[in-house]
Amino acid sequence: MTKHRLSGVLTAVKKVRGGVKVHHHKNTAETEVVRMPAPAKVTIPMQQHIGAPCEPVVKVGDTVAVGQLIGDTDKYVSAPIHASVSGTVTAIGDIKMPNGTLAKAVTIESDGEMRLWEGIEPPHVETREDLIKAVRASGLVGLGGAGFPTHVKLNFPADKNIDTLVVNAAECEPFITVDYRECMENSWDILAGVYLLKDLLGFKQVIIAVEDNKPEAFSVLKNIADHKIDRNDEVKLMVLESKYPQGAEKMMVQSATGRRVPPGKLPADVGCVVMNVASVAFIARYIKTGKPLVSRSLTVDGSAIKEPKNVRVPVGTSISEIIDFCGGFSTDPCKILTGGPMMGLAIVGTDLPVLKQNNAILAFAHDDAVLKPESDCIRCGRCATACPMSLMPTNIVRAAKTKDVSMLKAAGVTVCMECGSCAYACPAGKPLVQHMRLAKAILREEGNK
Amino acid sequence: MVNGKKLVVSASPHLRSTQTTTRIMLDVIISLIPALVAAIFIFGPRVICVAAVSISSAVLSEYVCRKVMKRHQTIGDLSAIVTGLILALNLPATIPYWIAAIGSIVAIVVVKQFFGGIGQNFANPAITARIVLLLSFGAQMGNWATPLSWKNEITTTATPLAVGYQAIESGTDVSLLDMFLGLRGGCLGETCALALILGGVYLIARKVISPAIPLTYIGTVALIMLIAGKGDLGFVAYQVMGGGLLLGAFFMATDYSTCPIKVRGKIIFGIGCGIITALIRLFASMTEGVSFAILIMNLLVPFIDRATIPKPFGTPKKEKKSKEAANA
Repeated sequence: MTKHRLSGVLTAVKKVRGGVKVHHHKNTAETEVVRMPAPAKVTIPMQQHIGAPCEPVVKVGDTVAVGQLIGDTDKYVSAPIHASVSGTVTAIGDIKMPNGTLAKAVTIESDGEMRLWEGIEPPHVETREDLIKAVRASGLVGLGGAGFPTHVKLNFPADKNIDTLVVNAAECEPFITVDYRECMENSWDILAGVYLLKDLLGFKQVIIAVEDNKPEAFSVLKNIADHKIDRNDEVKLMVLESKYPQGAEKMMVQSATGRRVPPGKLPADVGCVVMNVASVAFIARYIKTGKPLVSRSLTVDGSAIKEPKNVRVPVGTSISEIIDFCGGFSTDPCKILTGGPMMGLAIVGTDLPVLKQNNAILAFAHDDAVLKPESDCIRCGRCATACPMSLMPTNIVRAAKTKDVSMLKAAGVTVCMECGSCAYACPAGKPLVQHMRLAKAILREEGNK
Repeated sequence: MVNGKKLVVSASPHLRSTQTTTRIMLDVIISLIPALVAAIFIFGPRVICVAAVSISSAVLSEYVCRKVMKRHQTIGDLSAIVTGLILALNLPATIPYWIAAIGSIVAIVVVKQFFGGIGQNFANPAITARIVLLLSFGAQMGNWATPLSWKNEITTTATPLAVGYQAIESGTDVSLLDMFLGLRGGCLGETCALALILGGVYLIARKVISPAIPLTYIGTVALIMLIAGKGDLGFVAYQVMGGGLLLGAFFMATDYSTCPIKVRGKIIFGIGCGIITALIRLFASMTEGVSFAILIMNLLVPFIDRATIPKPFGTPKKEKKSKEAANA
């Protein structure tokens, strides 16, 4: 552990093995989040989370208002969907999602009024059960990018002996600054959320994690951790070395508690819950206002965007309209991503809607979109050094090529979280994450036999 | 499609480091320049011609090989230049040019391309070629020019390791300072310890190589020689700077294709090289053992790699026991 001076305070900075030093590109860090005006139309997919899709509960022709329930299901692992604008439902049909699958979506023509639904009222939350019910009703999914329904994560069985909440404000993906903006603009919500979750869910400690490249966020979060309502000093701030992928769940748990999540297990199996800082703040806001998750903040950046910005947009707004709001393209885009450049998804067009879990839209001009050409592996081992999960990407690639199932199992491919550190580090420009996915697919196929 | 133009869709990550194979090879070439320049001062302008022949025949062999095998051309990655240059540094300054050319052809064609090209060879091309030349052209390969004799008429001498430590101690042969500066008989690139250490430090600072192999290799030799020399530090310095130890430890044992991937493996590899080198120097009929030590350890790399595969993150420690129980 080394010490750095952050905002004048000498602070211990946690390091982890593996990972890569990536240029931060936090160009929009000092741009306040601006609210985008109501779009003329939103298309809201019924699947914006990991788990079962929702079924529409409205019909074509219905009038809906902001926050009104439009999709729900009885399945446990799922999150309800709400209208993000007020207006009329004009279509319900399948649309193509960013990952290429089809999903049912509800299209709402906006009346431009952004009228709140009259049924919205702050939930009554006094117990743990109340909280989990409220979080489910809010439609919250992990805002960091994975989109796992939060109520499922929080509803851990009492015998699991969960004692630690890790609040993730690391934001280790380059370009993205929305979590940083959340810290700077909504620190009261973070504070309220942290203490609410701690008291209702009985965490013994809350650890807020931030990278050392955000000194202002450090000061803000330090105030939260040192707040006078924290009498027993159960809320702590942890500063991490700025290194990708510090924000990955397993890395967070290890840095915060020293515990290692075993392969195939979840943080809950070692007594931890990891939540994105924006999700924590959202819960506090929802308890206060009762307004479900109908809009979210996004970083819009990249070399092909004219005016990079942080924007708050209704869920379901089309990506092209958001880019137009940011001044349009400065040059012909060659690659457009939803999410960060390390784990984000390259999309085929801009007519797709923004989902709850999207945290960035990045558009790159030709020079930044074309990757270095692939050449032969020179066995330098940079991939193995970069892998935070201690895997050997070189061996896995070889085993995947020969479809050597026993070798793939021994190599622990399923532990790979596809963070992309190996491919970033590779001097031969190998698309290693693609190989990892192929290797996983081979194992899945073998399992189905 | 945006504005009628298709978008690029590829698997993440969408950022890549600026490091490339060519850049790595360029760094290795840069790191060898001090040794080459020192060799030109010590052994004369003929060094330039030896290096030119060796490098150009290496590059030409690679070019022809890839053409004949109908594979994509790889001379652009500069690895053939590195092989040719390292081989040149492993030859005496008096070597006939045609022997240098044969060495390069063996290194590139037989050792490297027959096994699939860069990254696929199991033995270091330059070392294997040097051993082939040593066995085929023993006389020419042992014809060591006297340092600085090129200014008048080239005469030949013996290497310090062949002369023995007593001659240095008694002052009848080169001094330890001469050895440090490279003023001794030997392969043209192996004599100047100063230049080799400079290059090695550059490679480590540029993160092209890990310090694990040079440190463990040189450290092991030093430790054994300390015991063998009964604590005489001068003898240790003589052994470390003598022969091709520094050249081998910094530039040849660290070859990516032929050394273990993980640091634990590199440590085993370095210690193994050190023990074999010391054994050959102390007990075998040869005066020098770096090439053979590295070649022997090259062959063990797949086993070392297999033995040092790390456990995936979070693997419980007891699993090892249950596996052993299952095997038993």
